Amino acid sequence: MNYQIQENCLTIYLPRELDHHNAEEIRKLSDQLIERNHIKHVIFDFKETNFMDSSGIGVIMGRYKQVSLLGGEVWASHTNERMRKILLMSGVTKIMQIYEEEKCV
Amino acid sequence: MKNTNEMELVFDSRSCNEGFARVTVAAFMTQLNPTLEEVSDVKTAVSEAVTNAIIHGYENEVHKIRITCAIEQKTLRIEVEDNGKGIENIKRAMEPLFTTKPELERSGMGFAFMEAFMDKIEVVSEPDKGTKVLMEKTIGKGRETWSTQSL
Repeated sequence: MNYQIQENCLTIYLPRELDHHNAEEIRKLSDQLIERNHIKHVIFDFKETNFMDSSGIGVIMGRYKQVSLLGGEVWASHTNERMRKILLMSGVTKIMQIYEEEKCV
Repeated sequence: MKNTNEMELVFDSRSCNEGFARVTVAAFMTQLNPTLEEVSDVKTAVSEAVTNAIIHGYENEVHKIRITCAIEQKTLRIEVEDNGKGIENIKRAMEPLFTTKPELERSGMGFAFMEAFMDKIEVVSEPDKGTKVLMEKTIGKGRETWSTQSL
């Protein structure tokens, strides 16, 4: 799993496919990272991701539970249309904000 | 039988086979000339059913999962079957957000996704016998075929 830590913010670069198989690894590693580095906010970067099922929703919900106790937030970035559809359908957007990337830079 | 085609796939209930299963079904359905979205829908539904069989049906023990696919005209029928522990209360299991394994961070959205992405879903299950999920999707609904005018 690729990730980046900036102060109290953890960015997780999600794999191409986010299913039950690789959700396990992300869950374990991000739990450690959040605890050790006093992470408050988590960003899920979907740049590479074009497949996700409900296991991915579970990963997001789990991280939200973890950081929301400290007043942290969970974000999604670089989502394509398919990912937005799944995120919206699952209702997880109630607890997670989606970055709207501007293309005008 | 005209316009029919079938395939069967049997594999171990290991999580690394989840990707294999959905990609295989996706490859099989390409003969229906689906849109990318239709392929993604089917892949998600297959992934959910197979994940359920692995986590809930067999509770991470390694046994066989069987997928049967049939194409009839424009309709794709998929059956995902395990011989695991079965579902006691199917109605309850299909409620969104209901999960028997919250400790594994299951979101409880599996059946909801299958229902949303497929046209039809039916679950047959008996405790200690196993579970069979039957799903159907008609490809190319609302899409008109067209041809260019001959010169």
